[in-house]
Amino acid sequence: MTQLALVIDLNVCVGCHACVTSCKEWNTSGTAGYMSDCNPYGKDPTGTFFNRVQTFEIGTFPNTETVHFPKSCLHCEDPPCVPVCPTGASYKRAEDGIVLVDYDKCIGCKYCSWACPYGAREIDEHLKVMKKCTLCVDRIYDQALPETERKPACVLACPTNARLFGDVHDPESQVSVNIRENGGYQLMPEWGTKPANHYLPRRKTRIKIHEDELERVDNPQKKERQQPKPGFDEPTLDDVTSW
Amino acid sequence: MHPAFSVIFLTTLIGVGQGLFLALFTGHLYSAVNVVPMQADPQTFYGLGSLLALLFLGGGLLASFFHLGHPERGWRAIARWRTSWLSREVIALPAFMGALAVYGLVQYLGWYPVLFNLGPILVTPGLVIGALATVLAFVLFICTGMIYACIKFLQEWATPLTVVNYTLLGSASGFTLTTAFAAVYAPELVRFYGAWSIIITVFALFTRAASLIRNARIKHKSTTQTAIGVRHTHVAQKAQGAMGGSFNTREFFHGKSAGFLKSIKWIFLTLVFPAPVLLLSLGLSSAAFAILALAFIVQYLGLLAERWFFFAQANHPQNLYYQTI
Repeated sequence: MTQLALVIDLNVCVGCHACVTSCKEWNTSGTAGYMSDCNPYGKDPTGTFFNRVQTFEIGTFPNTETVHFPKSCLHCEDPPCVPVCPTGASYKRAEDGIVLVDYDKCIGCKYCSWACPYGAREIDEHLKVMKKCTLCVDRIYDQALPETERKPACVLACPTNARLFGDVHDPESQVSVNIRENGGYQLMPEWGTKPANHYLPRRKTRIKIHEDELERVDNPQKKERQQPKPGFDEPTLDDVTSW
Repeated sequence: MHPAFSVIFLTTLIGVGQGLFLALFTGHLYSAVNVVPMQADPQTFYGLGSLLALLFLGGGLLASFFHLGHPERGWRAIARWRTSWLSREVIALPAFMGALAVYGLVQYLGWYPVLFNLGPILVTPGLVIGALATVLAFVLFICTGMIYACIKFLQEWATPLTVVNYTLLGSASGFTLTTAFAAVYAPELVRFYGAWSIIITVFALFTRAASLIRNARIKHKSTTQTAIGVRHTHVAQKAQGAMGGSFNTREFFHGKSAGFLKSIKWIFLTLVFPAPVLLLSLGLSSAAFAILALAFIVQYLGLLAERWFFFAQANHPQNLYYQTI
């Protein structure tokens, strides 16, 4: 069985929001309808987004680290938002595991957004239906696009390659290898939702060097470097030259 | 959570409607086994009483449409009754209203043919339909409560106490209204209904207090650390991904101070429990409609506050991603 998902590498994400704007650009022009905004150029702009980048500061000054944290629908393998939908508008595709909303069936009751612990669903304030990341389902299967472009818009936009896309059920896929070898983890594992999207943690590369590797204990040059020192009772050069 | 007034009115109004019917049918059943005297004018009492209950249920149904983005597609909500408690509620509410309407009509028209004898009880169509409507009323209470209780990560709601409280608070307000209603149409039943109203209200106080105590001691499973997967005791959010707010900052926060929340708690604890009990005891001794009606109004206003608090108190785990509201 296929489960398409994103793997987000927090180690290389620089928080540039390119995935956010690229997602909005692609999906607002899509066949499923626009993603509406309120006051886009006004004082308090707000609108519908499938993907948002948040920033967290870890630790206390001066030992702090900034983590940029992109979050979209995690396409859970056991999605709590799907069974609660009264109309069946919210569903998980059997063939590739993408969780989608049928905008023609959604009654806008917001119950699915209550049932998502990640806050991944947002109601469109003008179209009055629930919206969420589609994993660019209208793009990844599009035969008209060259094969390298059959990926979600956010993945293509990422300048640091922090977003990987693939089948997490295929053990040899790029995403599975990354999860396995680089410590990929899921968000809020305590609720048993089994999110398909994984995150790769911040990783530090450290070289372990002992002091004697930097400075040889038996270095013969050390002997030659011994500087002549006057005895304690002998006058130093300073004593001689100061009047 | 952000308390939506559509849902507050829906749950409180249908609670009154269900409680009112349960009170009417309790009186009907008791008089069928001769525990309480038969009403002087059962046709008007049960017929008008059922109509009143239908008005409350209809009001609740109307309020629910204001919660929907697309009310014209509301009929689709019956589709997923196998998995969704909301879908089950959407089916249970009209089913109960239908049974209630038939019950009220049978009573109002005075259609009392004896279908069969159950010992000394003469079973009339009203009793059969009333029993069915009683089952549906409880099914509706369970559906309404489970909508909230089934979301396991909303830990303030995920307890059987949620269903118990919806049932008892709805019944209490319905019985109190019936007491006032009986003061006009069946004065001989005022003491009977008044006593039941006080008993149910006191029971509801125990279960609601139990849920308040439970929620005060609750330990949330999700933390900022599990939300973003970074193990450090000090994690501070610096940016939420949007400057002008988003659906996530509007839907999941009540936007009021802790002091406001606390005052609402004491307001509802006063208005729902001791105030109506006091007014009921006063009204029972004199069987005064005005005092009994005031008891219901006070309790209903208290229930609006109670429901507001119920929503505001629930802390959604998604709020961990929005800490700088």
